[in-house]
Amino acid sequence: MADFEPRIIAFLCNWCTYTGADLAGTSRLQYPPNIRVIRLMCSGALDPVYVAKALLEGADGVLIGGCHPGDCHYQSGNYKARRRVAIMNEILEQMGLEKDRVWLRWISASEGQYFADTVTEMVEAIREMGPNPAKELWAI
Amino acid sequence: MTVTARLEIKSSATETVAGLLRKMIEANMVDALLVPQRLPSGDNVVQSLVRDPDKFNSIDPFAPVMPVTASKLAGKVTKVGAAGRVGLVLRPCELRGFVELVKLQQASTENVITIGIDCLGTYEMTDYAQLVAEGADPTAEAVAAAAKGRVAPHEGYEFRAACQMCEYPAPGLGGGHRPDITIGLVGAEGELLIEARDDLAGTLGLTPANAPAGRAAALEKLVSERTAERDRRFDEFRAQVKGLDGLLDYFSTCIRCHNCMIACPICYCPECIFRTPTFDHTSAQYFNWAERKGAIRLPTDTLIFHLTRLNHMSTSCVGCGMCSSACPNDIPVATAFRAVAQKTQAIYDYVAGRSLKEDVPLATFREDELTALGERPE
Repeated sequence: MADFEPRIIAFLCNWCTYTGADLAGTSRLQYPPNIRVIRLMCSGALDPVYVAKALLEGADGVLIGGCHPGDCHYQSGNYKARRRVAIMNEILEQMGLEKDRVWLRWISASEGQYFADTVTEMVEAIREMGPNPAKELWAI
Repeated sequence: MTVTARLEIKSSATETVAGLLRKMIEANMVDALLVPQRLPSGDNVVQSLVRDPDKFNSIDPFAPVMPVTASKLAGKVTKVGAAGRVGLVLRPCELRGFVELVKLQQASTENVITIGIDCLGTYEMTDYAQLVAEGADPTAEAVAAAAKGRVAPHEGYEFRAACQMCEYPAPGLGGGHRPDITIGLVGAEGELLIEARDDLAGTLGLTPANAPAGRAAALEKLVSERTAERDRRFDEFRAQVKGLDGLLDYFSTCIRCHNCMIACPICYCPECIFRTPTFDHTSAQYFNWAERKGAIRLPTDTLIFHLTRLNHMSTSCVGCGMCSSACPNDIPVATAFRAVAQKTQAIYDYVAGRSLKEDVPLATFREDELTALGERPE
């Protein structure tokens, strides 16, 4: 589907993924400008309501970035996030929403390139999926 | 260790149970009992906390109606430890809800004796009231049918949808948590089956006996019928909600009154996000949304409410169906939530209400699970 620029909301954990994104920036790595970053202290601070809100408002994709399992700055926040995302994915699927628009990726502070690659990958995948039909939905 | 016994029903099952409960107070096993009582109007049965043995005259534990789930009330009475020793008379969904609430630290087993009873199905409150107004005796009908192994509604009436698809008509089925005392009617051929912890059995003066021969088969048949109905309703729901439009249609009459949340035993959070100003939007917000989408439904956040509630409580949903009964617009919330809960609980091999020893999925984690989630696919 050409001519459609996906708009992706990215919830990034402060200690790993947000810092990795910073590194991508300071390294002057080029990647698509389609993400809107929201910094959280930890991926475990992400309540599924934020993801649901983003999707129903019409965001074409939601990226959740956190530390690799075992490396969480707060020990276990990302493990909890992982459980919650698994539950949320199941709910999105059961309720007829497109769960493939929601990506969970562990990206560390040193993985600037991986961050850039992930965003590039995600923008292309979402572009393939087309715009989120919830954009038109006023009766949510 | 449990003792199995049978009690002869002299005048009525209700009176026989009343006698047993009275004995529990007189023998100083408990200071109070949480038990359903018939109101003087006769058209409703409410839970009560009874201390005076003389106030057992109007109890009606087998009444086929459940205005409020006793799991929630048991939570209120036992939270942080009960103020006295209390016996909780609970039908299976109430017992399972109580188990979840204990794990969520909203109820306690300290100083508690759980008395699980067979559930003979429940009507919506308005149907129950109408039956009584027509001169029927719903409890007597239900008890008589159960003795023969049948759990079925009055001619021309239906049980609540949640009951029609409930696979737990008796306490402890499916390897679930067993109460301290079980009182069984289904398939007991006109007697009461009692299963009690042996220390309690002694005090109650129960003589050991075999379980009634027909009970296991009657329960198995009932569970199998209910499971088939459950699967039928789940399939119907899943077919209906196959996209955003289907989802919207399902909740088209939702007015965000939050009654489902208020009735739900698992939704205990005083600080629920939906009780905070998070959703008290400013006028500018409404105008922005209306500008972006051309129009915006008011009140906003209808689907967010249900999606969030699912995310927060589906892993502990016991399928009591209070949500559907509470909905002023008859939205089949329980069917939707149970269908989703079946899947979210399955991710962790968890069954809500099954065991006090299993951690609630949202309160625990394992390092070696869901290992592919969050990793770049190969």
